[in-house]
Amino acid sequence: MLTFNDLTLPCADGLTLATLLDNQGLDSAAVATALNGEFVPREQRAATLLRDGDTVLTFQAIVGG
Amino acid sequence: MRADSWAPYGVELHSRFLLGTAGYPSPQMLADSITASGAQVITVGLKRTMSAAGDNGFIEIIRGAMRERGARLLPNTAGCRTAREAVTLAHMARELYGTHWIKLEVVGDEHTLQPDPWGTVEAAAQLVQDGFAVFPYCTDDLVTCQRLLDAGCQVLMPWGAPIGSGQGLLNPAALRTLRARLPGVALVVDAGIGAPSHAAQAMELGFDAVLLNSAVSQAVDPVRMARAFSLAIDAGRSAHRAGVMAPQDMAVASTPVTGHPFLIG
Repeated sequence: MLTFNDLTLPCADGLTLATLLDNQGLDSAAVATALNGEFVPREQRAATLLRDGDTVLTFQAIVGG
Repeated sequence: MRADSWAPYGVELHSRFLLGTAGYPSPQMLADSITASGAQVITVGLKRTMSAAGDNGFIEIIRGAMRERGARLLPNTAGCRTAREAVTLAHMARELYGTHWIKLEVVGDEHTLQPDPWGTVEAAAQLVQDGFAVFPYCTDDLVTCQRLLDAGCQVLMPWGAPIGSGQGLLNPAALRTLRARLPGVALVVDAGIGAPSHAAQAMELGFDAVLLNSAVSQAVDPVRMARAFSLAIDAGRSAHRAGVMAPQDMAVASTPVTGHPFLIG
């Protein structure tokens, strides 16, 4: 299992960060990603393999001061 | 460069008003407030995506302002408590917004949202190394500001008062000291401004610009308030350039009368 934002999801063998975003229906250009607290650039998502226990967070643009 | 522009990180700006985008009653009100402010720099943020998230159109309005007005975005690292968090969030902001400008916030106290000087300096040094143009939100402490300059920051953004408090400039003497000791550095008062008179005061002190959000977004009429701030910032800047007279301890008669008008001899 892995943690994806506020969800707990199964972690299939060979699951990549890019595939996870796709499976969750996220617009990959509209989010930034972190794996276990480390930034993962967009171009590295397809090569980033996920493992049991990983925490994936995505961040989106919002208003701010 | 046009008369009286300023150039943070080499980007020439004619407006000295940096406007935040949070807390407006509607996206249209935000759009109209940006227009009324004349701001060329608008701040934005990042948040964790939750399953039922949405921004209700605010981000599209902000991107529209970029396209139509050539406004530059200044993403922040709000909510970060450590240098590591802030650096990670800054990298995300660079990817999402396509700008290397970052408003660095590392907060050290939950109640006052006072910046953590050590965390801010540590994060600033790393971000400068990573190619960011860092706009650090900091206190008005001179030595902290000097350390931020040592870290490679070219702009400093000391607070006037705690974020969102609207108390105005709580320590004008400290701000005046910063201006005097750091004459060539771009200084922006960020946070705590509540009324246009506070912004004018910051500009009269010789600050290069003012950044605010709540004072406009929480006004009864945000669009009118955005305009009021724009006028106040211009007025304060003009007053600084004109040279505000030095205060005197005693009265100094302004009318050039000769002695006492009705006393002869």
